[in-house]
Amino acid sequence: MTALHGGLSQTIRATRLVILKGCDMLDATPPPLVQVRDLKMYFPIHTGVLRRHTGDVKAVDGVSFDIMPGETLGLVGESGCGKSTVGRALIRLYEPTAGSVTIAGDDILALAPEALRKKRPQMQMVFQDPQASLNPRITLAQIIGEPLIEHSGLNPTDRLARIYQLMDQVGLNRRFANRYPHEISGGQRPRIGIARALALNPKFIVCDEPIAALDVSIQAQVVNLLEDLQDRLGLTYLFISHDLSMVRHIADRVAVMYLGRIAELSPRDALYARPLHPYAEALLSAVPEPDPERDVSRNRIILKGDVPSPANPPKGCAFCTRCPKVLEICRTDRPALIEVEPGRQVACHLFPNHTAPAKPTPGGTTQLQQHGV
Amino acid sequence: MPDGGDAVLDVRGLVTVFRTRGGEVHAVNDVSFHLQRGELLGVVGESGSGKSVTMMSLIGLLPMPPAEVRGGEVWMGGRDILKIPAEDLRQVRGARIGFVFQDPMTSLNPVFQVGFQIMEPLIRHMGMTKAQARVRAAELLELVGIPDAAARLDSYPHQFSGGMRQRVMIAIALACDPDVLIADEPTTALDVTIQAQILELIKELRVKLGMAIIWITHDLGVIAGIADRVMVMYGGQVVEHGPVKALFADPRHPYTRALLKTVPSLTGPREARLQVIEGQPPIMMQAPQNCAFAPRCAHAFARCAVENPKRRAVDGLALGQGHDVACHWEVSLG
Repeated sequence: MTALHGGLSQTIRATRLVILKGCDMLDATPPPLVQVRDLKMYFPIHTGVLRRHTGDVKAVDGVSFDIMPGETLGLVGESGCGKSTVGRALIRLYEPTAGSVTIAGDDILALAPEALRKKRPQMQMVFQDPQASLNPRITLAQIIGEPLIEHSGLNPTDRLARIYQLMDQVGLNRRFANRYPHEISGGQRPRIGIARALALNPKFIVCDEPIAALDVSIQAQVVNLLEDLQDRLGLTYLFISHDLSMVRHIADRVAVMYLGRIAELSPRDALYARPLHPYAEALLSAVPEPDPERDVSRNRIILKGDVPSPANPPKGCAFCTRCPKVLEICRTDRPALIEVEPGRQVACHLFPNHTAPAKPTPGGTTQLQQHGV
Repeated sequence: MPDGGDAVLDVRGLVTVFRTRGGEVHAVNDVSFHLQRGELLGVVGESGSGKSVTMMSLIGLLPMPPAEVRGGEVWMGGRDILKIPAEDLRQVRGARIGFVFQDPMTSLNPVFQVGFQIMEPLIRHMGMTKAQARVRAAELLELVGIPDAAARLDSYPHQFSGGMRQRVMIAIALACDPDVLIADEPTTALDVTIQAQILELIKELRVKLGMAIIWITHDLGVIAGIADRVMVMYGGQVVEHGPVKALFADPRHPYTRALLKTVPSLTGPREARLQVIEGQPPIMMQAPQNCAFAPRCAHAFARCAVENPKRRAVDGLALGQGHDVACHWEVSLG
């Protein structure tokens, strides 16, 4: 009886813990798998004979988002906006300057080296360039098996079985196991990096431009593979890309980055139907569509100028130098990323409830539509 | 629009091979096309389809050996430029054809000021004095939308951003007022918002200068927005060719159809799963005996494996004037 009682109280304690942990969430929704808060990644600039620290390249400057279990968050933006740096800082391939990252309950940035190593199997990465991210001197089996040696303690027989299983999963012929990366065709090569990332049964994978270096006919093969694996293994992805059409296809929610900050974070369909942030709007309008009829009818916004240097970003809103809808306040005050509609976060002064506490008023909504369309 | 008489460039049966240790690679196989004054021809294909090599061979920019232009004619201004002396070709290349390459960083010389690099062809091919060339160079930079052009002549390439560098490249290509501008993936290395700027610039320049443009790209979206005609290449051959609207509205070759379907749409309905072209693009180790796309084609039948299909008009116009396709399956449909 006492034993039963003890067990019961333990269950209650555990339940309460879960409730406490998830208290800022809506009921019934699971806690996010990945929680990023105010992440900053500055790269120092040293100048002069004394190599004095004279400034910072603010590659990532205060980025916050959540990724739910099983979700794909698309992270888009132009080169130099900091999207890849976010991906790398997040799983601590860089040591971030500030902020916090929680993945499956652990504060990644606070982990001691050994604890971090133990955590690595849960979070993996697929790199952009399959040519550069695969060691040319070792065979496919060795590449895919390397994380298993490091982390799993499988004996050689079991390890080979696991390597074959992984190769099957990503659609690589087992016959290739003893070949070298250069002997594999360019279209098959990205699969090696994916198999390696899957080796330790991760929960979370950062896909950093996994299709950027591929031909169009191969891109579709890889994206379909990533989607299949997600369904089968329940993976959570951060999908970093500059290809907005592909992100629309694969992502559930999308964060648009500009100059180290998130400009807009919205559910996919809402963003593509009606981007709210002027940058998101311009970015989407700039993507050429493979349809001559539709392409003519689209309203293209041509931005003037280039992205400012992240070493010397504008004082207020990062986009104020190119924004077609710029206001006076944009040049002085930096807008925070705030929920302006359910599930949609925007960092822009054009949204009136931006300064007031969230809760869209009827008047606010009409104004939103005015700016959004 | 097309009637053959007004072609600024007429390419017939171009064949280019590369001699490699592993054997000959047949990069360009019997490619024919023409270009009218003022029109924009889009050339689409994946890497290795022969689209760049075609353009490089017709103006003699390939390293020979290993490359060898084995056959064909390239008519320009009443002459077959494949058969003229090297010094004449140099003149044609400098003054009548402008070339814009993919990567503006590697194609500009980092140790010379951009002004010098724009002035060089003007002095060399147009016989201008240094002072004249400098004035013209400033005009050109202004034409391609570089603010404060005269002052920027003394800047070095690294002082420009990627998009600005590509504008400089375009200025150099336009320097001698060419009849034909060949642009090889000119926006591929650029971000979309910068790409949009360059596309807009090209549209303006076409209206202003009226030159003919060949635009090489793998991006069907870019082609849809700017081209008058499109040529789809696969395995070093033209598999489909036609006016842009006809080709996008009614693609006939299974490769073109599949290619259009593998690209997810930005504004259309969202597809649950992407269409895939299984397999890999071929490496042409011999002159094509059969259809190069047959191994990946959903419609391939016996004939495709034994006979290389010829281009055939599908809209009743003369070959090369309208919409044509090289496919047995398409022919069998009638």
